[in-house]
Amino acid sequence: MALDGALFTPRRLAASLVEGVDAPLFMLALALSALGLATLYSASYELPARVTAQVANLGVALTAMWLVSRIPPQTLMRFALPAYLIGVALLVAVALYGDTVNNAKRWLHVGVTRFQPSEMMKLALPLVLAWYFHRREQGPRLRDFALATLLFIVPVALIAKQPDLGTAVLVAAVGFYVIFFAGLGWKVLVTMGVLGAASLFPLWGMLHEYQRNRIRTLIDPNQDPLGAGYHTIQSTIAVGSGGLTGKGWLHGTQTHLEFIPERHTDFIFAVFSEEFGLAGNMLLVTLYALLIARGLMIAANAPTVFARLLAASVTLMFFTYAFVNMGMVSGILPVVGVPLPFISYGGTALLTLFIGIGILMSVHRHRRLVQS
Amino acid sequence: MQTATEIKDRERELHYFQLRVGFAGFIVLVCFGLLFARFFQLQVVQHDTYAAKADENRISIVPIAPNRGLMLDRNGVVLARNYSAYTLEIFPDKVKDLERTIGELADVVEIQAKDRNRFKKLLQEMRNAESLPIRTRLTDEEVARFAANRYRFPGVEIKARLFRQYPFGDVASHVIGYIGRINQKDKENLEKLGVEANYRGTDFIGKAGLEASYQQELHGTTGFEQVEIDAGGRGIRTLARTGAQPGNNVTLTLDVKLQQVAEAAFGERRGALVALEPSTGAVLAFVSRPGFDPNLFVDGIDSQSWKELNESPDRPLNNRAIAGVYPPGSTFKPYLALAALELGKRRPQQAIFDPGHFDFGGRRFRDDKKGGHGSVDMYKSIVESCDTYYYMLSNDLGIDAIARFLAPFGFGARTGIDMDGEALGVLPSPEWKQKRFRRPEQQKWYAGETISIGIGQGYNSYTPIQLAQAVAAIAAGGSVYRPHLVSHVDNLRTGEQRSIEPQLVRRIPLKEENLEFIRRAMAGVNKEGTGARAFAGAQYTSGGKTGTAQVIAIKANEKYDEKKVHERHRDHSLFIAFAPLESPKIALAVLVENGGFGARAAAPIARTVLDYYLLGKLPEVPADAPPAKGTAPAAAEDEDDEEEEGD
Repeated sequence: MALDGALFTPRRLAASLVEGVDAPLFMLALALSALGLATLYSASYELPARVTAQVANLGVALTAMWLVSRIPPQTLMRFALPAYLIGVALLVAVALYGDTVNNAKRWLHVGVTRFQPSEMMKLALPLVLAWYFHRREQGPRLRDFALATLLFIVPVALIAKQPDLGTAVLVAAVGFYVIFFAGLGWKVLVTMGVLGAASLFPLWGMLHEYQRNRIRTLIDPNQDPLGAGYHTIQSTIAVGSGGLTGKGWLHGTQTHLEFIPERHTDFIFAVFSEEFGLAGNMLLVTLYALLIARGLMIAANAPTVFARLLAASVTLMFFTYAFVNMGMVSGILPVVGVPLPFISYGGTALLTLFIGIGILMSVHRHRRLVQS
Repeated sequence: MQTATEIKDRERELHYFQLRVGFAGFIVLVCFGLLFARFFQLQVVQHDTYAAKADENRISIVPIAPNRGLMLDRNGVVLARNYSAYTLEIFPDKVKDLERTIGELADVVEIQAKDRNRFKKLLQEMRNAESLPIRTRLTDEEVARFAANRYRFPGVEIKARLFRQYPFGDVASHVIGYIGRINQKDKENLEKLGVEANYRGTDFIGKAGLEASYQQELHGTTGFEQVEIDAGGRGIRTLARTGAQPGNNVTLTLDVKLQQVAEAAFGERRGALVALEPSTGAVLAFVSRPGFDPNLFVDGIDSQSWKELNESPDRPLNNRAIAGVYPPGSTFKPYLALAALELGKRRPQQAIFDPGHFDFGGRRFRDDKKGGHGSVDMYKSIVESCDTYYYMLSNDLGIDAIARFLAPFGFGARTGIDMDGEALGVLPSPEWKQKRFRRPEQQKWYAGETISIGIGQGYNSYTPIQLAQAVAAIAAGGSVYRPHLVSHVDNLRTGEQRSIEPQLVRRIPLKEENLEFIRRAMAGVNKEGTGARAFAGAQYTSGGKTGTAQVIAIKANEKYDEKKVHERHRDHSLFIAFAPLESPKIALAVLVENGGFGARAAAPIARTVLDYYLLGKLPEVPADAPPAKGTAPAAAEDEDDEEEEGD
């Protein structure tokens, strides 16, 4: 596609390389990643190799983004069903043969490495749902929504069973976003909301004890200050003690004296917030808001149902990541294992996020191609 | 090909989708607004609270124990001091197998059985202590050897600690007392006093003697270091430091040389001596024999030494001078004579005839001297210590008058000396008996019981310090001072000195001529009476009175024979004295347990102390070393302090 020109002058080559890259999205994602590396450097003072590893992860993720941005949405659509089916199959495999780490079966061995199939479901589910609604372009009927709901309940249930509450919530949210943007009626949405709330009660019974404790300690973290409440108490202290402008980069006492657990992954926002304060938080939230705005704008202008549903739901996935993570670190949401997008350490999450960015770029790049 | 409706539909659909995107954007803004509100709440509104919590998290207050104040004698000679030494300490929580660790430690430093025993004892007593010493006072070589092997012993550390040392050993041990590790009871006491915060970091506390009673002065003020710690509690760096303020130095009224002379005069005998300055109540010498080596207690006494001290029949830990109660024997007589004069019951010249006994209520109270003293006036009654005179006198005075007259001298009441553990003693009276006993027939006071009160027997029992305070009152013209062992307390940092002022408890209204007469009679004791032998050749004037207190009852008509009686059942020997006669500078009471006649055992000790205090030298002829064998009885025959009581 990019290589259609016969002349390989450096200028043309460079131009063709950056052709599909949406500058605003790219700059925002890069700015967030840069903040992430700086924060990670502070959080991992005892293990600087983490920063190097994250830079490598970032390289891989950017490459993936670039590649995906060049794939037109129609091609992506063809991957939708296979990706979904493989994803579900792998989830079943995990349930049967997965490795148990910390009482949770999340990992699957593939050769020498292992990975979490739930992670790929974060993108496979919006793909398949967008594809499904795209095929019912003449206006989906209620039956279609019921089927779509079934499509996303299967993987969500499998993930929740692992158990991995954070990913399950995310995947469910993304699935819900597709159905919402596909135009499910408000009445139905409200009914679903009520039913969902009602289903919380039997769901409570199905939860693992540690998941219940997370919810209990959300209501009152001081119930168990050294156990389940410790994370929230310490991260809240970190955020609160940051004040207006923070304690300064590398000067967070909560961070550097190891009071914040999981400070380079799920709780990295506590580090950021302690060192950069309210000013830093505003910058971070603004960057996320701009990224989401850009994503929604791309979705709003997308030519096909598939493209717009995919773009909108992936964009809101970024939002969900950011909101749930910052909410849990600052103590207004329960502690679920959700990383802070572009900031938390971890290759898989970063890859998912940048593929998401790549999808948005692809949608944006190919907005006219379909129309003509 | 698209139809117009299709395009329209698609546009409507797009429009519908864009509405939903707008709605989603709105939700995103609301959620981010919620986050912002939360950040504002945490980082602006509650910032101070959370900043304080973060500091609480990271800053640990580490106490710095103050150096304990020194104890000095009146001339500045150090009686208790501190020195720095290395100890090897085990953190019991961090060591899995204590036995094995101690076993392995023994290869590196010397660990004796007594060290192990002490450690075990400490482990039981100090359940919540962080670390406990397995060895104290390591040599430099041992420190180096352990340092090289340190990696083998997690949970074992070398610490530099200050130790208490008592350079004079057992001299004045009951005065100085000792310190020991703070136990649960001490902790509760400190909490009651509200000073437990000042004892964070302090391991030792005064347990006995002045170390205990002046604990608050000696302790000082604990300093604090603010240390930044990580979540694991490891110290990272020091943020601020407030130094400890050392405890105050305590200077005693004692002269350690006089003290040594007094203690040496006791030899191996058990007993007590208290010498006071009559005009102030300052304690010049304070002996309770046997003593003990307070150094044994400093790092926690080992069970072997503890057992020896605790189970010895000599009871070396008993502070006889304030906690031992003894009948005063004939040392009581001058006070009764004074009572008779003051209450007009006798004139000095008025004589009685002593046939050698006094019969009362069908019982015979015998005088020690066979055949009696003949005609006895008041002077002779004191000088020769005539019992019959006092049998009669106490009968004439009556128990109520005796008790009323003697109470102001301090008999049967705590003197209030600046040391804990004082016993009350008993000044007998019908009221006392009423309270003391349960059964009605025991509660009743019998007239016959008054008779033996007159010669310091019966229910009479007083502490040596009460006897000293009373004789000091005679010497000081009726002024009773509260005895005190400390002369002044110095704050080294501010240079501030606080003197312990003499405290007049009361002035007993006594006629000077009566007091003068009693003092003259007591001078007669040392010149020509029962104390004459001990005070032969004294280069100063003095007054005294011998006393012999009966330990076991002698059956009616049975003669007390020292040789037949078990050593522990022999009479106690007492002596009270003051000197010089005209303006007394020192007054004292001496008690020698089972010492026999007062003149033989106690009087020579008094002579030695008076000589040393007034002349600065020992008596030229050591009046009486440990009881001479076989030579004394001839002279002792005259002594008549003992009494017999019909039963």
